[in-house]
Amino acid sequence: MSLNVSNLTVHHGAICAISQVSIAVPTGTLAAMIGSNGAGKTTLLRTLSGLKTPTNGSIMWKGEKIIGLKPEALVRRGISHVSEGKSVIPELTVRENLELGAIWRRNAKESKESIDQVASIFPRLGERIQQRADTLSGGERQMLAIGRAIMAKPQLLLLDEPSLGLAPLVVEQIFQTIRDLTTSMNLTVLLVEQNAMGALKIADLGIVLNLGKIVAINHAQALIDDPAVRAAYLGY
Amino acid sequence: MDLLNTFLIGITAGTIYALMAISMVLVWRSTRVVNFAQAGMALLSTYFGYEAVTRLESFWIALPVAMIGGALVAALVEMILIRLLVKHSTSGPIAGVAPIIATLGLLGVIRSISAMIWGGQDLRIVGPVSNDGFTINATTLVFSPLKLLILVTVLVLMLILSVIFQKTNIGLALRASAYAPEIARLSGIKVDWVRTLGWALAGATGAVAGMFQTVNGNGTLSPDSIEFSLLLVSGFIAAVIGGLDSLIGAVIGGLVLGLMISFVLMYVSSGLFFIAPFVILLTILFIRPQGVFGAKAARRA
Amino acid sequence: MHKKQSRDIVLFILGGVVLYFLSGVVDELRVYQGATIAVYVIAISSIILLTGYSGQVSLGHGALMAVGAYAAAVAHIELKLPIILCFVIAVLASAVGGALLGAAAARLSGPYLAGTTLALAIGLPSLANQFGVLGGEQGLLFDVGFPPLSLGEEFTQYKWFFWIAGLAALISMWAIKNILGSRYGRTWRAIRGNDVAAQLCGINIARSKILAFTISAGIAGLAGALLSMTIGTVSPSAFPLALSFSLLTGAVLSGITTLAGAMIGAVVLVAIPEIADVVAHRIGSSERVTTNLPGFLVSALLIVTVLFVPNGPVEQHRARKAKHLASQK
Repeated sequence: MSLNVSNLTVHHGAICAISQVSIAVPTGTLAAMIGSNGAGKTTLLRTLSGLKTPTNGSIMWKGEKIIGLKPEALVRRGISHVSEGKSVIPELTVRENLELGAIWRRNAKESKESIDQVASIFPRLGERIQQRADTLSGGERQMLAIGRAIMAKPQLLLLDEPSLGLAPLVVEQIFQTIRDLTTSMNLTVLLVEQNAMGALKIADLGIVLNLGKIVAINHAQALIDDPAVRAAYLGY
Repeated sequence: MDLLNTFLIGITAGTIYALMAISMVLVWRSTRVVNFAQAGMALLSTYFGYEAVTRLESFWIALPVAMIGGALVAALVEMILIRLLVKHSTSGPIAGVAPIIATLGLLGVIRSISAMIWGGQDLRIVGPVSNDGFTINATTLVFSPLKLLILVTVLVLMLILSVIFQKTNIGLALRASAYAPEIARLSGIKVDWVRTLGWALAGATGAVAGMFQTVNGNGTLSPDSIEFSLLLVSGFIAAVIGGLDSLIGAVIGGLVLGLMISFVLMYVSSGLFFIAPFVILLTILFIRPQGVFGAKAARRA
Repeated sequence: MHKKQSRDIVLFILGGVVLYFLSGVVDELRVYQGATIAVYVIAISSIILLTGYSGQVSLGHGALMAVGAYAAAVAHIELKLPIILCFVIAVLASAVGGALLGAAAARLSGPYLAGTTLALAIGLPSLANQFGVLGGEQGLLFDVGFPPLSLGEEFTQYKWFFWIAGLAALISMWAIKNILGSRYGRTWRAIRGNDVAAQLCGINIARSKILAFTISAGIAGLAGALLSMTIGTVSPSAFPLALSFSLLTGAVLSGITTLAGAMIGAVVLVAIPEIADVVAHRIGSSERVTTNLPGFLVSALLIVTVLFVPNGPVEQHRARKAKHLASQK
């Protein structure tokens, strides 16, 4: 188990956003977390990447307790978080956005190699490398956000709703890329999604979160087949 | 000849205002605070420069001394005052004005401490070259070797700054932290330190503005000097013309302001020294409330 | 409502009576300081109205005070108007100035507004040098005349200042209190809280903000005229940038939303030079330190207050008490 969350409780002021959540994700696993709005999915990701401090519980990453560490320290331990809503910096060029991902390594040569690698994964980004990010389409921005995370050479990738606001064809393409990356780079991925079906289809593990609590955790295919999950989240 | 004179004087003053505006923009971008103490910090740095000039008798050693001093003061202010301010920034009626009030308080503290140490009288800083005008065909210009030197030095400094910002990792970290602090943190940038660095750069830039404003004026320095009141207002106005967020905007804002003031003083009345910047500011805000380079939403932030 | 208002009137009259007897027992210096405190109370409450209630910052109230002072002096010298009318003209003139500034201010917010008014504070007083009628750097004399003989032979000039300023302070506090309690006061608070929501409720934001600026400027103008009465002259140097800053400090010390706290700010502003003097003597410092200590203390106090008691001592105490009560339940 590379990521081990146990009894995690997080508050927003007086409101309890996540209560007693325990999850274990083995190395190389793509875990999809689904649930309705306000279920606490984003809060969980923000806690894992150090943006938010939990009230209680523990998070172990590769055998180390990581609660209390800042995001900048966690990036150095291989945790990359792509936050919600195409997290790119529109004022910077595509190249600069990518360079940003590798900036903490302070190694120009490695950074260049990583850019080439990202450009081979997302050829569209390679073509637009000198453009400002605000000239990109929604799908391209999402690719850029994921690309920036890849630049950091992560081992754990936290993705917050990469499909948000994208056309169905683009969503399919992004999901396929996430699946491929997980396998080819031996990543551990926690994918938070509103598009439950699409996410579960590519995932190994499925987690259902409701009102801050885990209501189901199982093989992704088993969740797709579960009538209760189907009715509540898959809509048929 | 008058026209050329007025133009060159305006451009020289404008580059100094531009430096001041750059330092305000740097601070605004790193912590979203308009630093009304920027001119005060420039004053203090210029006093450091004065100490160096009187001891070592070289303006070119004094300038970096002032810059380093200014950078240190600014970094300290950010680490002690601004971090506390951000931490204590409560909701409530005062929240929006707290940074403004705090930096004004800082301006007062710096002024009175400077006056306690160096006294209220005028101190003299001698420029590196003469401020007597060039003579062409027996007519003497107001434009002098000193003004030329200031112009060149400021342009070189701006070039260095733009290289730092556009070509280096530090520049990338500064820009990323300004535009999107959360993404910067998630990319592994220690945003707190980048903010301190932004303030330090602003302090150094302001120090140059202070030194040049002093030698370009009547060469004297005092806590209540008119030159620094002008620097305070002009730096702010130039930054606002440029839209507060844009470094290029700050440069253009400074030049535009310098030229406008110079022309108003020459062709309207020389008594409008202090009110002219205010009128220019109001005019610009009425025509284009977001500044010439600012994003539309910025003004309400 | 009616009952509360009559209670307020009784309170204000009572305040007046206390001030009256106080002016009889203390020495001349204290009476003069009392007059200054009354002036500051008026000026500070104009800032409280503007910043604390309508949410706009002004660093230019020193300049608006100058407008009021010059208007009163010109009315007195050129038009030979009776002194009470001069004060009315001071209020009107600076209110007009405030309306103009407010029209510009309504388009701006936060730091932009602060910077614009700052530019005004630096620029406007120097404009006096441009016009002969304003007396240049020397300024104008502003003499309200001797106290009426009916008050007795013993009645000193300073006591007369104190009476005028004290009465003006009581009247303006009473007026401001009523304005803040009225529909306009509620409108301003709504805008300060959330301007989008206020707009959706049908409030004309720009007009309300301009109105706040106008009223605040009028009150500041009155304070300006009173200030030059106590000094005896009106000149650019009486309205330096430091005055605008002091007023802001006073308002923040008072608690920017606590009208009654204006007293605290005013007393502190008047007391600081004296405290500084005592401190400087105690530590036996040089003249440089002595002259700059008051400025240092005002500024340092401003920073400390903003950092640690941002809503003022009165509000802080109230909040703590409320918290205490809540925890007891």
